[in-house]
Order: sequence, then structure tokens, then C-alpha cells
Amino acid sequence: MEPSRLPGFLLRRGAKAAIVILAIVVCNFLLIHAAPGDPASVIAGQSGAADERFLAQLREQFGLDKPLHVQLWIYLKGVLTLDLGFSHRQQQPVWGLIAERLPATLLLTGAAFAFALAAGVTLGALAARRVGTWADSLITVVALTFYATPIFWVGLMLVLFFSVWLEWLPSFGMATVGVELTGVAAVLDVAKHLVLPAATLGLFYLAVYARLTRATMLEVADQDFVKTARAKGVPEGQVVRRHVLRNALLPVITFAGIQAGQLIGGSILVETVFAWPGIGRLAFDALLARDYAVLLGVFFCTSVMVVLFNLLTDLLYAVVDPRVEVEG
Amino acid sequence: MSLSRRGFMAAAASAPVLMRASEALAQGIAPRRGGTLQMMLTPEPPVLQIGVNQQGPTLVAAPKMFQGLLTFSPALEPEPVLAKSWTISPDGREYVFALQEGVKWHDGQPFTAEDVVFSIMKFHMELAPRARAIFQLIETCEARDPLTVRMVLKQPFQPFLLMFDATAAAMVPKHLFDGRDYRTAPAVQRPVGTGPFRFVEWQRGNFIRLDRNEEYWKPGQPYLDSIIYRIIPDSQSRRLALESGQVLLSQTNDIEPFDIPALRQRPNLEVHTAGWEYFSPLSWIELNHRVKPLDDARVRRAMSMAIDRNFIVNRLWFGVGKPATNPVASTTRFHDPSARLPAFNVAEANRILDAAGYPRNAQGVRFTLKHMALPYGEIWTRLSEYLRQAMRNIGINFEMESTDAGSWARRVGNWEYETTINFVYQFGDPTLGVERTYVSTNIQRVTFTNTGGYANPQVDALFLRARTAAAAAERQAAFSEVQKLLIEEVPQIWLMELSFPTIHDRRVRNVITTGLGVHKSFDDVFIAG
Repeated sequence: MEPSRLPGFLLRRGAKAAIVILAIVVCNFLLIHAAPGDPASVIAGQSGAADERFLAQLREQFGLDKPLHVQLWIYLKGVLTLDLGFSHRQQQPVWGLIAERLPATLLLTGAAFAFALAAGVTLGALAARRVGTWADSLITVVALTFYATPIFWVGLMLVLFFSVWLEWLPSFGMATVGVELTGVAAVLDVAKHLVLPAATLGLFYLAVYARLTRATMLEVADQDFVKTARAKGVPEGQVVRRHVLRNALLPVITFAGIQAGQLIGGSILVETVFAWPGIGRLAFDALLARDYAVLLGVFFCTSVMVVLFNLLTDLLYAVVDPRVEVEG
Repeated sequence: MSLSRRGFMAAAASAPVLMRASEALAQGIAPRRGGTLQMMLTPEPPVLQIGVNQQGPTLVAAPKMFQGLLTFSPALEPEPVLAKSWTISPDGREYVFALQEGVKWHDGQPFTAEDVVFSIMKFHMELAPRARAIFQLIETCEARDPLTVRMVLKQPFQPFLLMFDATAAAMVPKHLFDGRDYRTAPAVQRPVGTGPFRFVEWQRGNFIRLDRNEEYWKPGQPYLDSIIYRIIPDSQSRRLALESGQVLLSQTNDIEPFDIPALRQRPNLEVHTAGWEYFSPLSWIELNHRVKPLDDARVRRAMSMAIDRNFIVNRLWFGVGKPATNPVASTTRFHDPSARLPAFNVAEANRILDAAGYPRNAQGVRFTLKHMALPYGEIWTRLSEYLRQAMRNIGINFEMESTDAGSWARRVGNWEYETTINFVYQFGDPTLGVERTYVSTNIQRVTFTNTGGYANPQVDALFLRARTAAAAAERQAAFSEVQKLLIEEVPQIWLMELSFPTIHDRRVRNVITTGLGVHKSFDDVFIAG
């Protein structure tokens, strides 16, 4: 890629991204308000006693007494100034609620992502090199099993095995609560809590990466430039690393880009099974409670991440494969 | 301890403290200081400021920090908390409360009669619909001196005292709320009460931590160093946490009823079902009387007769709870044991429907009704599945609809349903918790009012008589009559007197000692060594 073309590219893609995000915000807003029920009726339904004045007070306080287009306009103005609004249900600004959950979410999804990518590509490459042997079959079977098994079931089985039978790892939470830990002990404590949820979340993606890497490597391995490399006497290890794997990585990067876009969204199922205090649960609880502002805030953040990582993926293509040119 | 000598004597003289201490001693165990009690809280409450939020989990956790003037024994007799003693005038209109001495808010300010007047006349009056409905009967409420509150009612109201438990009207600090918007005041995020535990930390989605209040007004209490509520969203993970000892206590709907038999087998756990006498939740099939033929009392009677309530209690709830016998739970005051629903009898139910002119068609179906399951967990879906089966036996086809909590509340509140399941707290007295479902003056577009739209002038008159009568005997007569009448009419099809299991490690003591069970302050709970 010529460096001079980069600013123009970024500008064009940035403008497109802004329009996409704005459209997403409007769609989300309308979809959420189309769902039956509102936060006031949920609170009334959970309070065990209510009267019409109570409902009217809540709706006025939440701003739900205004017409929908006015509410949308107020929300859009907020988003444009990066103000995601206020959760009246929890009496907290939405930014604060999301920021509070962000470290836990990034830790879980980041660890799962790194684990899945590293182990997946390694296993895929291994399977491709030993194609047709027992190692290849084993890797393929394991990968397909994790790909096909529901994620919550894998989670519960891991808990049964490692927490209940072996008693090696804690079954829920992010850290031991009620004990003061500092330094290395605190890090180790979180790490112990992280193993099972990160493994559960990572195993699914591991399967995808392994399958993808194996398939594309086998495809590339037959191509002329690989034969040429071998013919001119390049050692086999170098052929695999520099010629086969590097060319096989494009689809993996595409998929990693998609997964990276979901880093912030967290995973509702894994967070539920392991009581992990992440953003997925925040969004899910907000949906059940019709906490519109929080839900829209989470959607906003995830859509920004997806758009951002798509952009990064496109740039990364050009780095990995110089033949690819970035185009707006 | 910064308590004055007089405060000490007053607290020591209050009966429940002595009783509970002796109870523990009778088991051969002296209360032990120290330890952290890890529990669960399901679902996570949005805020912990009682009054601003009145949802179930808030009512469990907040009374550890906030207290009421009174609490209630399992027989619903009042017991002193922040009120040391009280007197009621013979005409039933004047109430005078003498407050405990030496009580301080968690921020060190003294708790006085001004706080009581503010909490009742402004805070709860403004925020809480249930309190508002009762407290508007107060003509004057004054702080006669810093430790005496006098209230005069516009009319005698016998269940008045029941409104002074922490779950109904917790005392809140005037100096932190007066003159501010109660819902957005900073104290809502960092609760300040008089209770045995003070708020320390809340990591949303993770845990809530409360620590021992060193300045607590009962000498030597509380026994625990801290209480931690873990937020565990998945019911199977909650069960595992309890079984593995990672938490020591489960309450309300932490554990699904179908997991209880297995937990009863565990030698380190105790399962209790008491402690719900004050709330006495009663469940029923909620009928919308605007939908034909649900306006026909014969149909409702037949539907009621087709249900095997013992099956529901024993096979679905595994013995936690009791079959409903009439609209007033047996643990609520003025329950009349002689007013009983007719027994389970499918043949008789079919005869009633045949005679009423609802013949079966070729498929054996008399008519079809939509049925919305209660979206509060697996057990309610199972109940609705059983009911569909039971209704099929008498030729009624239940067409199932599924919803989530938001849609359910909206649809019931807007009368947009045919049949669903509901359960409602009775708050100790039929005037407080039963009347609202049946009187025509309370037909409102809000959940937990008379959403079914049942209207009967006789029922209205009897509930009114019971509400305004000063003498318990006269109220009993009116309530007995209305119970008999409602059993004939079956405006809603009562199913079960619900109870929720409290399951805890055997080392945890004094958990259930009042009619409010796990909703109490836990100042006398301790973990034996």
C-alpha cells in the first residue's frame, strides 16, 4: 500500500462508518421501543403493589411521557455529544455502568480470543502438516465436537469436572470475595477464576480457527509458488511458515476481525453460567427490565467496535498480503 | 460501644433479644462473634434504597441496613425494633411510639422522632404506593419530643401497625433526603440506615458487601463481621455454589423447587420453609372477567374443581407450601378455616359445565382460552403445563402464550390477557393484601390491582366494613362472610399458599426467628464454630 493513499482511505471509511453507526442507533432505538412493556410497568410488576400515580411518576421521570420522535431526538443529541444517557432504573449514568463492567468483559473475551487464536492456528497447522494421520483425525474430531456442542453445556460440564469433582477451580465469580488479597496472590486468584469461563468461550472459536487454518493451508500447499519454494531447496519448516501459513492466514484474519468486534459485547451464556460480571449480563438484564438507555448504550459500544475492527482487518490484510490494496 | 447505660438497659429489656439468646443457649451454643456470611441475591436489585425500590431482592437485603419501628412474630404479633414501646388509644385513632435511645445513623447523626415523621409523611408517602394508600389515613403525625412520635388517624384502622416493619416503612435519614429529589439523592447509591450492617461496596453483577456496624444500638450485636451477597444469575450455578459451600445460605427463589429433594439429603444443610407468615404469598390462576365465559361463576367453579392442588404442592413444589383453601392464606389474620374450596372432583366439574350449557365439540373441547405462563422461572412454566393438562380433562383447551417479565407486567396491567398465573403478598391482614384484588373500586390499569375486573357490590361492602371497623370481632365477622361468598364466586382460582425455601449450612444459627424470615436485620444471626 502506498502511504499517501492512507489518509483518504481512512476519511472515506470513517464517513461511511459514522453513517452506519447512526443508522444502527436509530434502528436499535425503534426496535427496543417496539417491544411490549416499558421500564415503569416492569418496576410496577416487580414491586408487589402499585397505583396509577406511581406509574405516571415513573414514566415522567424516565421521559417516557414524551412522544417517541422527541425521545429519539433527545437520545440522538446525547449520542452525538457522546452522552449515552442515564439509567433511571439504577440511578446511574450509562457510561459509568458500562465502564464498570468493561475490565471484566475485556479480560474474559480477550483471554478467550488469545487462547482460541493461538491454539486454533497451531492445531490447524499441525493437522494440515500431518493430514490423513491419526493426529489430524484427532484434532478434527475434537474441533468438531466443541464446534457442535452448546456453549452452556460445555461450561456446566467443565464446572462439574474441575470444580465439583476435582475441586481445583472455583465454579463462579471473578475473584474470591471477602478476603483481602494483594499483588501476586490477587492476580493468581483472578486467573484461577478466569480459566473455566475463558476456556468455555474459547473452545468454540478454537474449533473455528483450527478448521479454517487446516482447510486453507491444504489449499495453499498445492499452489505453484509452494512447489517452487520446495524446488529451490527452502527447508520444509520455512516453507510452511513463510509460504503456506502466511498465505493461509487471510481467512483467519477475517474471522478474527469478526470475533474481535464482539470483544466488548461479552457472552451472555458464559457470563450467566459462571456469574461473570460482564457486559453481556448487563445487556441481558437491561433487556428484561426494559432499561432502554443501558441496552442502547451497550449496542452503541458494540457496533462501534465492530465497525472499528472491520476497518483494522482491512488494514491488516494489506500488511499480511501486499497484493491486497486498501480501497474506500 | 457508645450506648448510654439507659440505652443498654432498654435494649436488654426488650423481649426478643433475650428470647433469641436463650433459644440459642438452649441448643447448647452461645452466640459467636465474627465470620462472614456469604449468601446469594436473585435477581440483582437495581438500587438498595428501600422505598425508592420495593422489589423482592431489595426487601431482603435492605433491612440489614434499614430498620422499621416494629417487626412481627410468626403469629404476626408486633415486636419492638426502633420503637421501644407504643400505646394505642381506646378509640383506635391515636398511636404514640416511644423510640429507642442512643440510636445513630451510619454517618454518626442521631436518629430522632423527626426522622420518623419525615420517613412516614414525606418519603414513603411520596414514593411507595402501598405506604401511600395507608398513610393518607394519618391526620397528624408529630414529633412530641426527640424520642416520641404521636400519630392521629382520620378513622380507626386496625391493621395500622403492620405498616411499620422495615419492608413496609423503613426509617430513612431526614438530613440526607429532605429537600432533595428522593430518587436521585446521593444517599440512594450509598445507603445510610440505623441497621446492624452498613453499606461498604457493590460491584454490579458481582457482589454486595455489608460490614458490621460498630455503633449498633443493641449491645454486643451484630455477631457477624460482614454479609456478602453474591449475584449468581444461573439457577444450577446457584445450587452448585450452595452444595460446595461457596455460599452458606440460599433464600427466596435462589433454588428451584425441583432441586430441593436433593438438597434435603445433604447432611450439612438445613431446609426451612417458615418465615413467610407476614407476606403469605398466595398464587392463583388470574382470570380476566371481561373474557367470556370467565364471567360465568359456574365455569370458574368447575375450573377450580378440576385442579389437584395436592399434586401441585407435592409434585411441582416438592412439599414447599400448602394447598390454598380460600382467598385468605391460613397464616394471614382473619383466615376462616371453615370456608373451604370444594374438593378436587373432575367428574363433578364436567357435570357443572354440561349443565351450564358448554357442550364438548367433536374434538372434546368446550372452549379455548389463552394462557400466559408467569415468566419468573422454570417452575411456573411447569405449573402452567400441569394446568393445561387439568383443564383438558374438563374439555377446556389452554392455548399457551410465553412472555418475558416486561411484557407480562404490561399485558396484565393493560387487561390484555385471558388467563395467567399471579401471586400476591397478603401483608398479614386481608385489608392490606387481599381486598385489593376483589373490590370494584380498585379496578385499575396497573398490576396487582383488581386487573381481572371482578365486581360484586356485596363483596365491596364487606371489605369496606372490615376496613373501617375498629373491633377485631366485627372485622372477623365481615371477613368470614366475604371468604364464604368468594368461595362461591371463585373470582380467581386460588392454587397455593406459597412459601420459599431457606436453605443454609447447619452452622448458621437464628436465621428464621420472625414472621419475616430472611427479611429481618440478621443482627442475631451467627455462625457457630
